[in-house]
This record gives sequence, C-alpha cells and structure tokens, in this order.
Amino acid sequence: MDLKAGLFYAFSAILLFAAFRVVTARNPVHAALYLVLSFFQAAMIWMLLKAEFLAIVLVLVYVGAVMVLFLFVVMMLDINIDSARQGFWRHFPLAGAVGALIALEMAAVLMGGFRISEEPKAVPVAGQAAGQVSNTRDLGILLYSEYVYPVQIAAVILLVAIIAAIALTLRERKDSKHIGASEQIRVKAGDRLRLVKMEATRPAPPPIADAAPTEEKP
Amino acid sequence: MTLTLGHFLSLGAMLFALSVIGIFLNRKNLIILLMAIELMLLAVNMNFVAFSYYLGDMHGQIFVFFILTVAAAESAIGLAILVQLFRNKSNINVDELNTLKG
Repeated sequence: MDLKAGLFYAFSAILLFAAFRVVTARNPVHAALYLVLSFFQAAMIWMLLKAEFLAIVLVLVYVGAVMVLFLFVVMMLDINIDSARQGFWRHFPLAGAVGALIALEMAAVLMGGFRISEEPKAVPVAGQAAGQVSNTRDLGILLYSEYVYPVQIAAVILLVAIIAAIALTLRERKDSKHIGASEQIRVKAGDRLRLVKMEATRPAPPPIADAAPTEEKP
Repeated sequence: MTLTLGHFLSLGAMLFALSVIGIFLNRKNLIILLMAIELMLLAVNMNFVAFSYYLGDMHGQIFVFFILTVAAAESAIGLAILVQLFRNKSNINVDELNTLKG
C-alpha cells in the first residue's frame, strides 16, 4: 500500500506540473507535448485504480490520435507567438486567485468527506467466478448488453464528427481546371450548341434620305 | 498513509483548477484553450474512475468511455473550426471573434 501511495504522489506531481506547463508554455508545440505527458501520467494513475482498459484507451486514443491531430494543426497554422503572448501575465493574479480558491475549497471538502480507503469486493458478473474478473471483459459485457444503444449513439456522434470536420475544411480550388465527371455525363446537346433560326437573306435596308448624318460609325 | 477516495478527487479538483487558470490566461490563443478543455475533461474522467474503483461499480468506467468518445469528436470539430478561422482571419485571437455581435 505504501508503494502505491508513493507512486500516486509521484504521478500526480508530474501530472500537475505538466498541466501547468500546458497552459503557460510559450510555444504551442511544447504545450501539445506537455499535454501528451499529462495524459500519460493520468493513464498511469488509472492503472493504479485498476482501470487498465481505460488507461490503454487513453494512451491509444489521446496520445495516438487526438494529440497527433493537435500537433498537425499547430504546425499548419502560422501563429505569431509574440502577439499571442501580449498581456499574457496580466490576467495571472486574478486567474491564480480563482484557481487556488477552486482547488482549496474542493480539496477541503473532498479530503474530509470521502475517507473511503478500501476497495469493496467487486460484484461478480453473472456466470463468472469472483476473483477471475478481468476489467476489459467486464467492460465489454456491460457495453454490449446494457449499453448497446448508447454505444450506437456514440458511433453516430463519431460519424457526424467525421462528416463535419471534412465539410468544414474542404474547399474547392479556384484555379483548378477539374470538371466533375457526373456533370460531364449529364450534359445535353442543348447545353453546348445553340440553334438560331434566321433568314438566309436579309432584305436591303431602305435608302435613307439625304439627311445630314450627325455621327458616322465606322 | 493509505490512499483514500479524497486523494483522487482532490487531484481531479486541482487539475480542473489548473485548466480554469489556463482558460483565463490564454485569451489570445484558441488552440491552448482547446487543450485546457481537454484537461478539464481529463479531470472529470479522473473522478469517474476513482468513484468506480472505490464504490466497486463498473458503470463509472462506461461513462468515461463515452466521455472519451465525445471529447474526440469535440476536438476534431474544434480543430476544423480553428483551421477555418485561421484561413479567414489569419489569427486565432478569441477577442476578435465578434462577427456575430453576440
């Protein structure tokens, strides 16, 4: 138990330091890398809490996918850091006071109010002996029995996110000579060729009397 | 000394407070604001996992699962909006987002 407490304090210290550096780092790339570090520490703390599957998912999904997305966006944008940092520390006294107030109040209530220190015996899932309960198996059974519809809603949310992200960032190039294939196939003769009915010969214009032409057009 | 549920909840509270500070500080850099929001969600997830462990209830971890899903969707759409914003205004200052006159 002592080792566990020591690990918890070490991970928490690194996590809080990394989180502080995320919000104060000058370079956005450094901020993203510190965010990776803080997610890693959080995953380790979840390991201490015996949520192995979620810890691995946090590393895979966040460090593997979301943070790479963040890094790509940071590198794509050409941000002027100096103007973005202007007046950065001006809000710090107020922000620090508010943050310290939040943390102290919540810690005071939570440390006193939740003194549960022992893990209760896990309720064995039906058809499984207690003591052989695997976290991943438990989660899977719950997800695909009790939470089937929420899982499908989550899938739809992800689909909507994909479509929205593509629709937001897709743009057509103005200088491209590309023509859509469906447009080419759907074309009709009338779109390209205009038939004009006109007489083959035109009657000669009536002779104009000898009025003085004021303007002569060439 | 042994770890109690309060330790983990306090850690979550401190993480949340740090991200609130980040949102106060980074008014001119929308990308760091998005990162601070991710940290807030992480703090909430920490509470869920801690309660799930100490109360012996797996449903808390299921909720973390769904929060991760929604957070991934949120960051994808947020970053897409950010890229569009940078194309149109060539900076990502929050104070200049006043086109809607809200």
